[in-house]
Amino acid sequence: MTNDLLVVENMVKRYGGLLATDDLSFSLHEGELHAIIGPNGAGKTTLVKQLTGEISSDSGSVILADKNIERYSEPARSHLGIARSFQITSLFPDFTVLENVLLAVQAHSGHSFRFWKRATEVADLVEPACAILQRIGLEARKNTPVAALSHGEQRQLEIAMALASNPKLLLLDEPMAGMSVEDSGKLMTILQDLKSKVTILLIEHDMDVVFTLADRITVLVYGRAIATGTPTEIRNNADVRDAYLGEEA
Amino acid sequence: MNPSPRFMVNAGLLIALAAAPLIAEWLGDSFYTGLLSRVLILAIAALSLNLLIGYGGMVSFGHAAYIGVGAYMVGIGAFHAFEDGIDWMLNGYIQVLAAIFGSALIALVIGLISLRTRGVYFIMITMAFSQMLYFTAVGVEIYGADDGLTIYERSDMLGLIDMSDEKSLYYLIFVSLLIVLYGLHRLIGSQFGAVIRGTKSNEARMRSIGFSPYKYRLAAFVIAGSIAGYAGFLMANLNDFVSPDMMHWTRSGDLIIMIVLGGISSLFGPVYGAVAFLFLEELLSSIPLTIGGLRVGEYWQLIFGPLLIVIVLYARNGIDSFLPREERRA
Repeated sequence: MTNDLLVVENMVKRYGGLLATDDLSFSLHEGELHAIIGPNGAGKTTLVKQLTGEISSDSGSVILADKNIERYSEPARSHLGIARSFQITSLFPDFTVLENVLLAVQAHSGHSFRFWKRATEVADLVEPACAILQRIGLEARKNTPVAALSHGEQRQLEIAMALASNPKLLLLDEPMAGMSVEDSGKLMTILQDLKSKVTILLIEHDMDVVFTLADRITVLVYGRAIATGTPTEIRNNADVRDAYLGEEA
Repeated sequence: MNPSPRFMVNAGLLIALAAAPLIAEWLGDSFYTGLLSRVLILAIAALSLNLLIGYGGMVSFGHAAYIGVGAYMVGIGAFHAFEDGIDWMLNGYIQVLAAIFGSALIALVIGLISLRTRGVYFIMITMAFSQMLYFTAVGVEIYGADDGLTIYERSDMLGLIDMSDEKSLYYLIFVSLLIVLYGLHRLIGSQFGAVIRGTKSNEARMRSIGFSPYKYRLAAFVIAGSIAGYAGFLMANLNDFVSPDMMHWTRSGDLIIMIVLGGISSLFGPVYGAVAFLFLEELLSSIPLTIGGLRVGEYWQLIFGPLLIVIVLYARNGIDSFLPREERRA
């Protein structure tokens, strides 16, 4: 039908009197890197949670590859190809790096009623997990418990976990949050590499990153999309300047 | 590969347990064989509960109910064999299957409902279910109601194992413990175990990466229940007696104390916990001291309680904290 991988129509989420997502509609083209920017409290993380199914919308619909998935649970959407990374690192701290990615691979390799063989000795899981770690640059740390990783490494692992399911749509919720300049440079390379291989929705505060990477940008203010367009269009949009970018851009 | 110090300590414990009845016999004191049999049966039950609590984060407060269900299968079998001459009901293999599948079925029903809740609600609902089973047993007149059932004849293992011989019963229990330990070791490291541990660690992330943990948690709940049911089969044979008291919520509490005392985040912890719990009970209750006409030993829990508090406060992972660290296997 279209070349849109994801279409969001009239999505609403209300928390008491607060409209976190206010009649939001937008779409993601297949293969694009689409950034969502907006001030704190604009409803960016709420939007991610609504897309993954962690929270349900009050109304509206989410259409993935021409299929309405509004009623699908979070695990079911993961199996349809939606994966996310978390703004606040959410890993398995007492597992090793490899065991973390292994678990994410395992989730997409049939059922887990396998009671006997050590998970870390199942080649069908270990090989893809190691490949992802290599791609993300964490292979040397694979036997390190997550709790012993640096913040930057944990952020990298966040991305690796999301990639492990081989997603069609990757939702990255502020992947650079709290990273050193050096680490975010590394992550930038990783994202550049990922771009065009998978459709990405990127939420990010670092405008340099957004304007360098994004094919299109949507500006979210109080749960509403006030503009969508190419980086140049957004930079020159008067409403966006007023609401968010200000003199910065 | 050199065995780690932790491995040596655990192996030492198992060797000591293997040799114990022979030493007791040599000392001419069979009392300790009986006590140790009890310790090991409770260790099996505590191990199964620790799969839920220590590895799965499911604090089930009704685990003694499954021991009771397993034990009643032996009691009821012996009762009908004795009263009505139904011989097959004394068959130990049938009794084992009835104990395992009976407790598995009950765990399935309880788990289906309880596992929809979390935290304190889960604790309360599992305890409520176990109390329902307790009061059911109290109400069943034919099987002795709250007086319980005396078992006049132990399980008939068709000549393979003599259940009436304390030593062969002990070794059946000991081998059962070894099998449960190894089985759990494999289970915890398996893909299934990874899901159970992962759900304890970070359920939100588990759902995000595509797991629906409910069915796996339910399977773990049923596995733990059936192992406890098997422990009940052994317990009934050891005691020659079953009663609703075995299922009382305080018995479930004892199992949790054993786990906490031994250390919840290690495989062997519950075994150390069960040994320590029953020996402390034995030791403290035999204190001959009398104060103001009261025998101190009768109030052993007054000493045990504060001791437990000290252990929980100062040794984060119970007895396990005092043992050499386990090298982490990737």
